[in-house]
Amino acid sequence: MSTYYDPADLRKFGKISEWNEELGSKFFDYYGSVFKDGALSAREKSLIALAVSHVVKCPYCIDAYTKDGLQKGISKEEMMEAVHAGAAIESGATLVHGVQMMNKYDKLSM
Amino acid sequence: MVTKSLLKRENELANANKQLEILNGGIFSNGELPIFKDKIAEIGKFPLKPKKLEILQINVGYMCNQVCEHCHVDAGPDRKEIMTQETMEQCLEVIRNTGAHTLDLTGGAPEMNPNFRWFVEEASRAGIKDFIVRSNLTIIRANPKYHDLPDFFKIHNIHVVSSMPHWTRGKTDKQRGEGVFDQSIKALQELNDRGYGISGSNLRLDLVYNPSGAFLPGDQVAMEKEFKKALLEDFNIQFHNLFAITNLPISRFLDYLIASENYEDYMYSLVEAYNPMAVENVMCTNTISVSWDGYLYDCDFNQMLGLGVASKIKHINDYNEAILSDRNIVISQHCYGCTAGAGSSCQGSVA
Repeated sequence: MSTYYDPADLRKFGKISEWNEELGSKFFDYYGSVFKDGALSAREKSLIALAVSHVVKCPYCIDAYTKDGLQKGISKEEMMEAVHAGAAIESGATLVHGVQMMNKYDKLSM
Repeated sequence: MVTKSLLKRENELANANKQLEILNGGIFSNGELPIFKDKIAEIGKFPLKPKKLEILQINVGYMCNQVCEHCHVDAGPDRKEIMTQETMEQCLEVIRNTGAHTLDLTGGAPEMNPNFRWFVEEASRAGIKDFIVRSNLTIIRANPKYHDLPDFFKIHNIHVVSSMPHWTRGKTDKQRGEGVFDQSIKALQELNDRGYGISGSNLRLDLVYNPSGAFLPGDQVAMEKEFKKALLEDFNIQFHNLFAITNLPISRFLDYLIASENYEDYMYSLVEAYNPMAVENVMCTNTISVSWDGYLYDCDFNQMLGLGVASKIKHINDYNEAILSDRNIVISQHCYGCTAGAGSSCQGSVA
Protein backbone atom coordinates (compact mmCIF):
# COMPACT_ATOMS: atom_id res chain seq x y z
CA MET A 1 0.00 0.00 0.00
CA SER A 2 1.55 3.37 -0.91
CA THR A 3 0.64 6.41 1.16
CA TYR A 4 2.03 9.89 1.67
CA TYR A 5 3.00 9.17 5.28
CA ASP A 6 5.06 6.14 6.19
CA PRO A 7 5.68 5.75 9.96
CA ALA A 8 9.05 4.22 9.10
CA ASP A 9 10.14 7.58 7.68
CA LEU A 10 10.21 9.19 11.11
CA ARG A 11 13.34 7.32 12.09
CA LYS A 12 14.99 8.50 8.87
CA PHE A 13 14.51 12.18 9.77
CA GLY A 14 18.29 12.63 10.14
CA LYS A 15 18.73 11.93 6.45
CA ILE A 16 17.72 15.49 5.56
CA SER A 17 21.27 16.48 6.60
CA GLU A 18 22.60 14.44 3.68
CA TRP A 19 21.38 17.10 1.24
CA ASN A 20 22.48 20.05 3.39
CA GLU A 21 24.85 19.17 6.22
CA GLU A 22 25.20 22.67 7.67
CA LEU A 23 21.53 23.55 7.94
CA GLY A 24 20.60 20.00 8.96
CA SER A 25 23.00 19.95 11.89
CA LYS A 26 22.02 23.46 12.97
CA PHE A 27 18.40 22.33 13.05
CA PHE A 28 18.99 19.13 15.02
CA ASP A 29 21.29 20.91 17.46
CA TYR A 30 18.70 23.59 18.04
CA TYR A 31 15.95 20.99 18.36
CA GLY A 32 17.90 19.04 20.98
CA SER A 33 18.56 22.22 22.97
CA VAL A 34 14.95 23.30 22.88
CA PHE A 35 13.73 20.16 24.61
CA LYS A 36 16.28 20.01 27.40
CA ASP A 37 15.32 20.86 30.97
CA GLY A 38 15.34 24.63 31.42
CA ALA A 39 12.98 27.08 33.03
CA LEU A 40 10.40 24.60 31.82
CA SER A 41 10.99 20.93 32.53
CA ALA A 42 11.53 18.42 29.72
CA ARG A 43 8.19 16.98 30.79
CA GLU A 44 6.33 20.28 30.35
CA LYS A 45 7.97 20.78 26.97
CA SER A 46 6.98 17.30 25.88
CA LEU A 47 3.33 18.12 26.56
CA ILE A 48 3.61 21.44 24.74
CA ALA A 49 5.16 19.64 21.77
CA LEU A 50 2.34 17.10 21.85
CA ALA A 51 -0.32 19.80 21.77
CA VAL A 52 1.40 21.73 18.99
CA SER A 53 1.88 18.54 16.94
CA HIS A 54 -1.89 18.19 16.80
CA VAL A 55 -2.46 21.82 15.86
CA VAL A 56 0.04 21.63 12.99
CA LYS A 57 -1.21 18.11 12.25
CA CYS A 58 2.12 16.41 11.93
CA PRO A 59 1.57 12.66 12.23
CA TYR A 60 5.28 12.03 12.86
CA CYS A 61 5.32 14.50 15.75
CA ILE A 62 2.15 13.05 17.23
CA ASP A 63 3.70 9.56 17.23
CA ALA A 64 7.02 10.80 18.56
CA TYR A 65 5.56 12.83 21.43
CA THR A 66 3.02 10.21 22.42
CA LYS A 67 5.92 7.81 22.80
CA ASP A 68 8.01 10.44 24.54
CA GLY A 69 5.15 11.13 26.94
CA LEU A 70 4.80 7.43 27.74
CA GLN A 71 8.52 7.26 28.44
CA LYS A 72 8.17 10.17 30.82
CA GLY A 73 5.27 8.53 32.64
CA ILE A 74 2.73 11.07 31.38
CA SER A 75 -0.81 9.71 31.66
CA LYS A 76 -3.34 9.48 28.86
CA GLU A 77 -5.57 11.94 30.73
CA GLU A 78 -2.77 14.50 30.74
CA MET A 79 -2.08 13.92 27.05
CA MET A 80 -5.73 14.33 26.08
CA GLU A 81 -5.97 17.57 28.05
CA ALA A 82 -2.91 18.82 26.17
CA VAL A 83 -4.61 17.99 22.85
CA HIS A 84 -7.68 19.92 24.01
CA ALA A 85 -5.50 22.89 24.93
CA GLY A 86 -4.21 22.85 21.34
CA ALA A 87 -7.71 22.46 19.97
CA ALA A 88 -9.05 25.28 22.12
CA ILE A 89 -6.37 27.67 20.84
CA GLU A 90 -6.87 26.60 17.25
CA SER A 91 -10.65 26.95 17.37
CA GLY A 92 -10.33 30.10 19.46
CA ALA A 93 -8.07 31.58 16.82
CA THR A 94 -10.77 30.88 14.27
CA LEU A 95 -13.59 32.24 16.35
CA VAL A 96 -11.89 35.42 17.48
CA HIS A 97 -11.74 36.47 13.85
CA GLY A 98 -15.51 36.40 14.07
CA VAL A 99 -15.18 39.75 15.86
CA GLN A 100 -13.63 41.11 12.67
CA MET A 101 -16.54 39.62 10.72
CA MET A 102 -19.01 41.27 13.07
CA ASN A 103 -17.20 44.60 12.75
CA LYS A 104 -17.21 44.41 8.95
CA TYR A 105 -20.82 43.36 8.86
CA ASP A 106 -21.82 46.31 11.03
CA LYS A 107 -19.70 48.70 8.92
CA LEU A 108 -21.28 47.68 5.66
CA SER A 109 -24.80 47.51 6.96
CA MET A 110 -27.16 50.45 7.38
CA MET B 1 -4.55 -9.61 30.93
CA VAL B 2 -3.04 -13.08 30.84
CA THR B 3 -3.83 -15.62 33.54
CA LYS B 4 -1.62 -18.50 32.40
CA SER B 5 2.02 -18.81 31.47
CA LEU B 6 3.08 -19.25 27.85
CA LEU B 7 4.08 -22.77 28.79
CA LYS B 8 0.61 -23.61 30.05
CA ARG B 9 -0.97 -22.08 26.97
CA GLU B 10 1.35 -24.19 24.80
CA ASN B 11 2.45 -21.00 23.09
CA GLU B 12 5.46 -21.65 20.85
CA LEU B 13 7.35 -18.82 22.55
CA ALA B 14 7.58 -20.93 25.70
CA ASN B 15 10.37 -22.63 23.75
CA ALA B 16 13.66 -20.73 24.17
CA ASN B 17 14.91 -21.87 20.76
CA LYS B 18 11.89 -20.33 19.07
CA GLN B 19 12.62 -17.04 20.82
CA LEU B 20 16.26 -17.15 19.72
CA GLU B 21 15.13 -17.90 16.18
CA ILE B 22 13.07 -14.72 16.21
CA LEU B 23 15.82 -12.63 17.81
CA ASN B 24 18.34 -13.83 15.25
CA GLY B 25 16.06 -13.64 12.25
CA GLY B 26 13.95 -11.06 10.47
CA ILE B 27 15.40 -7.53 10.58
CA PHE B 28 18.61 -8.86 12.09
CA SER B 29 19.31 -11.54 9.51
CA ASN B 30 18.39 -9.44 6.49
CA GLY B 31 20.83 -6.66 7.38
CA GLU B 32 18.30 -4.00 8.31
CA LEU B 33 19.65 -3.88 11.85
CA PRO B 34 23.15 -4.81 12.99
CA ILE B 35 23.52 -7.84 15.24
CA PHE B 36 24.66 -7.09 18.77
CA LYS B 37 27.97 -8.88 18.29
CA ASP B 38 28.95 -6.53 15.44
CA LYS B 39 27.86 -3.46 17.39
CA ILE B 40 30.09 -4.18 20.37
CA ALA B 41 32.92 -5.35 18.11
CA GLU B 42 32.95 -1.75 16.75
CA ILE B 43 34.12 -0.54 20.17
CA GLY B 44 36.44 -3.46 20.73
CA LYS B 45 34.16 -5.10 23.28
CA PHE B 46 33.72 -8.44 21.54
CA PRO B 47 34.09 -10.90 23.10
CA LEU B 48 32.47 -9.43 26.19
CA LYS B 49 34.35 -10.59 29.28
CA PRO B 50 33.34 -10.45 32.92
CA LYS B 51 34.97 -8.05 35.38
CA LYS B 52 35.22 -8.85 39.07
CA LEU B 53 32.20 -10.85 40.30
CA GLU B 54 30.02 -8.71 42.55
CA ILE B 55 26.56 -10.24 42.44
CA LEU B 56 25.29 -13.79 42.80
CA GLN B 57 21.73 -13.81 41.54
CA ILE B 58 19.80 -16.95 42.42
CA ASN B 59 16.46 -17.75 40.82
CA VAL B 60 14.74 -20.00 43.33
CA GLY B 61 11.84 -20.93 41.06
CA TYR B 62 9.40 -19.84 38.42
CA MET B 63 6.31 -20.20 40.57
CA CYS B 64 4.59 -16.87 41.19
CA ASN B 65 1.26 -15.60 42.48
CA GLN B 66 1.10 -13.07 39.64
CA VAL B 67 1.13 -13.43 35.85
CA CYS B 68 2.59 -10.08 34.79
CA GLU B 69 2.20 -9.16 31.16
CA HIS B 70 5.87 -8.28 30.62
CA CYS B 71 7.47 -11.15 32.53
CA HIS B 72 10.63 -12.45 30.89
CA VAL B 73 10.58 -15.47 33.18
CA ASP B 74 7.10 -16.60 32.07
CA ALA B 75 6.41 -17.06 35.78
CA GLY B 76 2.99 -17.84 37.21
CA PRO B 77 0.98 -20.05 39.55
CA ASP B 78 1.09 -22.86 36.98
CA ARG B 79 4.90 -23.13 36.92
CA LYS B 80 6.29 -26.04 38.91
CA GLU B 81 10.03 -25.34 38.71
CA ILE B 82 11.20 -24.89 42.28
CA MET B 83 14.77 -24.98 43.60
CA THR B 84 15.23 -27.98 45.89
CA GLN B 85 16.86 -27.83 49.28
CA GLU B 86 19.73 -29.89 47.87
CA THR B 87 20.46 -27.27 45.22
CA MET B 88 20.09 -24.58 47.87
CA GLU B 89 22.76 -26.36 49.94
CA GLN B 90 25.06 -26.24 46.92
CA CYS B 91 24.29 -22.53 46.57
CA LEU B 92 25.03 -21.92 50.25
CA GLU B 93 28.42 -23.55 49.85
CA VAL B 94 29.19 -21.07 47.06
CA ILE B 95 27.74 -18.12 48.99
CA ARG B 96 29.98 -18.85 51.97
CA ASN B 97 33.11 -18.77 49.82
CA THR B 98 32.35 -16.26 47.10
CA GLY B 99 34.06 -12.96 46.48
CA ALA B 100 30.69 -11.45 45.55
CA HIS B 101 29.32 -8.87 47.99
CA THR B 102 25.69 -9.08 46.89
CA LEU B 103 23.26 -11.97 47.02
CA ASP B 104 20.14 -11.39 44.95
CA LEU B 105 17.20 -13.78 45.30
CA THR B 106 14.68 -13.72 42.52
CA GLY B 107 12.05 -15.87 40.79
CA GLY B 108 8.93 -16.06 40.14
CA ALA B 109 8.10 -15.08 43.66
CA PRO B 110 11.08 -16.27 45.73
CA GLU B 111 8.95 -16.29 48.90
CA MET B 112 6.83 -19.07 47.40
CA ASN B 113 9.72 -21.52 47.45
CA PRO B 114 8.89 -23.81 50.39
CA ASN B 115 12.46 -23.53 51.68
CA PHE B 116 12.72 -19.80 51.18
CA ARG B 117 12.90 -18.85 54.87
CA TRP B 118 15.38 -21.57 55.71
CA PHE B 119 17.56 -20.46 52.79
CA VAL B 120 17.45 -16.82 53.89
CA GLU B 121 18.36 -17.77 57.47
CA GLU B 122 21.30 -19.88 56.34
CA ALA B 123 22.51 -17.42 53.72
CA SER B 124 22.36 -14.43 56.06
CA ARG B 125 24.90 -16.17 58.29
CA ALA B 126 27.41 -16.12 55.43
CA GLY B 127 28.27 -12.45 55.93
CA ILE B 128 27.02 -11.17 52.57
CA LYS B 129 27.08 -7.38 52.53
CA ASP B 130 23.93 -6.76 50.52
CA PHE B 131 21.17 -9.39 50.66
CA ILE B 132 18.50 -8.58 48.10
CA VAL B 133 15.12 -10.25 47.82
CA ARG B 134 13.03 -9.29 44.81
CA SER B 135 9.55 -9.26 46.25
CA ASN B 136 6.49 -8.56 44.14
CA LEU B 137 4.79 -7.03 47.22
CA THR B 138 1.41 -8.65 46.69
CA ILE B 139 2.81 -11.94 48.00
CA ILE B 140 2.89 -10.31 51.44
CA ARG B 141 -0.88 -9.88 51.32
CA ALA B 142 -1.65 -13.00 49.25
CA ASN B 143 -2.02 -15.48 52.05
CA PRO B 144 -1.88 -15.30 55.88
CA LYS B 145 1.27 -17.42 55.89
CA TYR B 146 3.12 -14.55 54.16
CA HIS B 147 1.70 -11.70 56.26
CA ASP B 148 4.75 -11.61 58.55
CA LEU B 149 7.26 -11.32 55.69
CA PRO B 150 8.01 -7.66 56.51
CA ASP B 151 9.09 -8.75 60.01
CA PHE B 152 11.06 -11.67 58.62
CA PHE B 153 12.81 -9.38 56.14
CA LYS B 154 13.62 -6.92 58.95
CA ILE B 155 15.13 -9.58 61.21
CA HIS B 156 17.57 -10.55 58.46
CA ASN B 157 18.19 -7.01 57.25
CA ILE B 158 16.99 -7.95 53.79
CA HIS B 159 17.27 -5.35 51.06
CA VAL B 160 13.79 -5.43 49.49
CA VAL B 161 13.49 -4.60 45.79
CA SER B 162 9.95 -4.49 44.37
CA SER B 163 8.25 -3.61 41.12
CA MET B 164 5.88 -0.74 40.59
CA PRO B 165 5.12 0.09 36.94
CA HIS B 166 3.47 3.37 37.80
CA TRP B 167 2.17 5.45 40.69
CA THR B 168 -1.35 4.95 39.36
CA ARG B 169 -3.69 1.98 39.57
CA GLY B 170 -4.53 1.86 35.84
CA LYS B 171 -1.04 1.24 34.48
CA THR B 172 0.01 -0.98 37.37
CA ASP B 173 -2.95 -3.31 37.14
CA LYS B 174 -2.75 -3.49 33.34
CA GLN B 175 0.79 -4.79 33.58
CA ARG B 176 0.63 -6.84 36.78
CA GLY B 177 -2.97 -7.86 37.28
CA GLU B 178 -6.21 -6.57 38.74
CA GLY B 179 -5.93 -5.52 42.33
CA VAL B 180 -2.13 -5.55 42.30
CA PHE B 181 -1.83 -1.80 42.83
CA ASP B 182 -3.96 -1.75 45.99
CA GLN B 183 -2.23 -4.81 47.45
CA SER B 184 1.17 -3.32 46.61
CA ILE B 185 0.29 -0.08 48.38
CA LYS B 186 -0.81 -1.99 51.49
CA ALA B 187 2.40 -4.04 51.42
CA LEU B 188 4.54 -0.92 51.02
CA GLN B 189 2.78 0.71 53.97
CA GLU B 190 3.51 -2.36 56.07
CA LEU B 191 7.14 -2.30 55.05
CA ASN B 192 7.31 1.40 55.94
CA ASP B 193 5.80 0.56 59.35
CA ARG B 194 8.78 -1.74 60.00
CA GLY B 195 11.18 1.04 59.02
CA TYR B 196 11.77 -0.01 55.43
CA GLY B 197 12.35 2.76 52.92
CA ILE B 198 12.28 5.53 55.50
CA SER B 199 14.84 8.26 54.91
CA GLY B 200 17.98 7.44 56.90
CA SER B 201 16.85 3.88 57.66
CA ASN B 202 19.23 0.97 57.06
CA LEU B 203 16.31 -1.18 55.97
CA ARG B 204 16.60 -0.68 52.26
CA LEU B 205 13.51 -0.58 50.10
CA ASP B 206 13.94 0.16 46.42
CA LEU B 207 11.34 0.12 43.66
CA VAL B 208 11.72 -1.10 40.10
CA TYR B 209 10.07 0.68 37.23
CA ASN B 210 9.41 -1.32 34.04
CA PRO B 211 7.59 0.54 31.26
CA SER B 212 4.08 -0.80 30.84
CA GLY B 213 4.26 -1.04 27.07
CA ALA B 214 6.51 -1.00 24.03
CA PHE B 215 8.62 1.99 24.98
CA LEU B 216 11.87 2.64 26.78
CA PRO B 217 12.07 3.95 30.32
CA GLY B 218 12.58 7.68 30.68
CA ASP B 219 15.24 9.29 32.84
CA GLN B 220 15.65 7.30 36.07
CA VAL B 221 16.23 10.36 38.24
CA ALA B 222 13.17 12.14 36.88
CA MET B 223 11.01 9.01 37.30
CA GLU B 224 12.21 8.59 40.88
CA LYS B 225 11.12 12.16 41.69
CA GLU B 226 7.66 11.53 40.21
CA PHE B 227 7.21 8.25 42.05
CA LYS B 228 8.36 9.70 45.37
CA LYS B 229 6.08 12.71 45.10
CA ALA B 230 3.03 10.70 44.11
CA LEU B 231 3.46 7.84 46.59
CA LEU B 232 4.14 10.24 49.45
CA GLU B 233 1.29 12.62 48.68
CA ASP B 234 -1.30 9.97 47.88
CA PHE B 235 -0.36 7.19 50.31
CA ASN B 236 2.29 8.53 52.68
CA ILE B 237 4.70 5.90 51.34
CA GLN B 238 8.47 6.33 51.26
CA PHE B 239 11.18 4.33 49.53
CA HIS B 240 14.87 4.80 48.90
CA ASN B 241 15.65 4.54 45.20
CA LEU B 242 13.96 3.76 41.91
CA PHE B 243 15.58 1.48 39.35
CA ALA B 244 14.38 2.00 35.79
CA ILE B 245 14.65 -1.31 33.95
CA THR B 246 14.11 -1.77 30.23
CA ASN B 247 11.84 -4.57 29.10
CA LEU B 248 13.78 -7.14 27.11
CA PRO B 249 12.24 -8.95 24.12
CA ILE B 250 12.02 -12.30 25.86
CA SER B 251 9.19 -14.64 26.75
CA ARG B 252 5.92 -12.87 27.60
CA PHE B 253 7.19 -9.43 26.66
CA LEU B 254 8.33 -10.80 23.30
CA ASP B 255 4.90 -12.39 22.89
CA TYR B 256 3.28 -9.03 23.70
CA LEU B 257 5.53 -7.20 21.21
CA ILE B 258 4.70 -9.62 18.42
CA ALA B 259 0.97 -9.79 19.18
CA SER B 260 0.70 -5.98 19.33
CA GLU B 261 2.78 -5.64 16.11
CA ASN B 262 5.37 -3.60 18.01
CA TYR B 263 8.29 -6.03 17.76
CA GLU B 264 10.18 -4.44 14.88
CA ASP B 265 9.62 -0.86 16.01
CA TYR B 266 10.71 -1.82 19.52
CA MET B 267 13.91 -3.46 18.30
CA TYR B 268 14.58 -0.37 16.18
CA SER B 269 14.09 1.76 19.32
CA LEU B 270 16.55 -0.39 21.25
CA VAL B 271 19.17 -0.35 18.51
CA GLU B 272 18.75 3.39 17.90
CA ALA B 273 19.16 4.04 21.62
CA TYR B 274 22.32 1.89 21.74
CA ASN B 275 24.77 3.56 24.07
CA PRO B 276 28.36 2.29 23.81
CA MET B 277 29.06 3.75 27.28
CA ALA B 278 26.50 1.34 28.73
CA VAL B 279 28.33 -1.72 27.41
CA GLU B 280 31.11 -1.27 29.95
CA ASN B 281 28.76 -1.78 32.90
CA VAL B 282 26.17 -4.30 31.73
CA MET B 283 25.31 -6.59 34.60
CA CYS B 284 26.58 -9.76 32.97
CA THR B 285 30.05 -8.35 33.56
CA ASN B 286 29.68 -8.54 37.35
CA THR B 287 26.90 -11.06 37.92
CA ILE B 288 26.38 -14.80 37.79
CA SER B 289 22.85 -16.10 37.55
CA VAL B 290 21.86 -19.47 38.98
CA SER B 291 18.68 -21.23 37.83
CA TRP B 292 16.27 -23.21 40.02
CA ASP B 293 18.03 -26.41 38.95
CA GLY B 294 21.51 -25.09 39.65
CA TYR B 295 22.74 -24.22 36.15
CA LEU B 296 24.84 -21.13 35.62
CA TYR B 297 24.16 -18.20 33.31
CA ASP B 298 25.61 -14.78 32.55
CA CYS B 299 22.31 -13.17 33.55
CA ASP B 300 18.63 -13.92 34.27
CA PHE B 301 17.75 -13.11 30.63
CA ASN B 302 20.24 -15.62 29.25
CA GLN B 303 18.81 -18.09 31.75
CA MET B 304 15.34 -17.73 30.23
CA LEU B 305 16.76 -18.12 26.74
CA GLY B 306 18.56 -21.29 27.77
CA LEU B 307 21.96 -19.73 27.02
CA GLY B 308 24.23 -21.31 29.62
CA VAL B 309 27.66 -19.92 30.49
CA ALA B 310 30.38 -20.56 27.91
CA SER B 311 32.54 -22.38 30.39
CA LYS B 312 33.32 -25.95 31.34
CA ILE B 313 31.77 -25.02 34.71
CA LYS B 314 28.08 -25.36 33.91
CA HIS B 315 26.49 -26.17 37.25
CA ILE B 316 26.69 -24.82 40.79
CA ASN B 317 27.95 -28.21 41.91
CA ASP B 318 31.20 -27.66 40.01
CA TYR B 319 31.37 -23.96 40.82
CA ASN B 320 34.80 -22.44 40.46
CA GLU B 321 34.89 -18.67 40.53
CA ALA B 322 38.37 -18.37 39.05
CA ILE B 323 37.60 -20.54 36.04
CA LEU B 324 34.25 -18.82 35.50
CA SER B 325 35.88 -15.39 35.56
CA ASP B 326 37.73 -16.24 32.37
CA ARG B 327 34.79 -16.83 30.06
CA ASN B 328 33.22 -15.10 27.07
CA ILE B 329 29.77 -13.73 27.92
CA VAL B 330 27.06 -15.20 25.70
CA ILE B 331 25.20 -12.51 23.77
CA SER B 332 22.31 -12.12 21.36
CA GLN B 333 20.02 -9.37 20.15
CA HIS B 334 18.11 -9.15 23.44
CA CYS B 335 21.29 -7.57 24.82
CA TYR B 336 20.32 -4.33 23.07
CA GLY B 337 17.82 -3.94 25.93
CA CYS B 338 20.62 -3.55 28.46
CA THR B 339 22.63 -1.10 26.35
CA ALA B 340 19.77 1.21 25.35
CA GLY B 341 19.74 4.81 26.54
CA ALA B 342 21.17 5.06 30.01
CA GLY B 343 21.60 1.31 29.98
CA SER B 344 19.70 -1.15 32.12
CA SER B 345 20.45 -3.74 34.78
CA CYS B 346 18.84 -5.28 37.81
CA GLN B 347 20.10 -2.22 39.69
CA GLY B 348 18.70 0.24 37.15
CA SER B 349 20.56 2.58 34.78
CA VAL B 350 24.22 1.79 34.23
CA ALA B 351 25.68 4.60 32.13
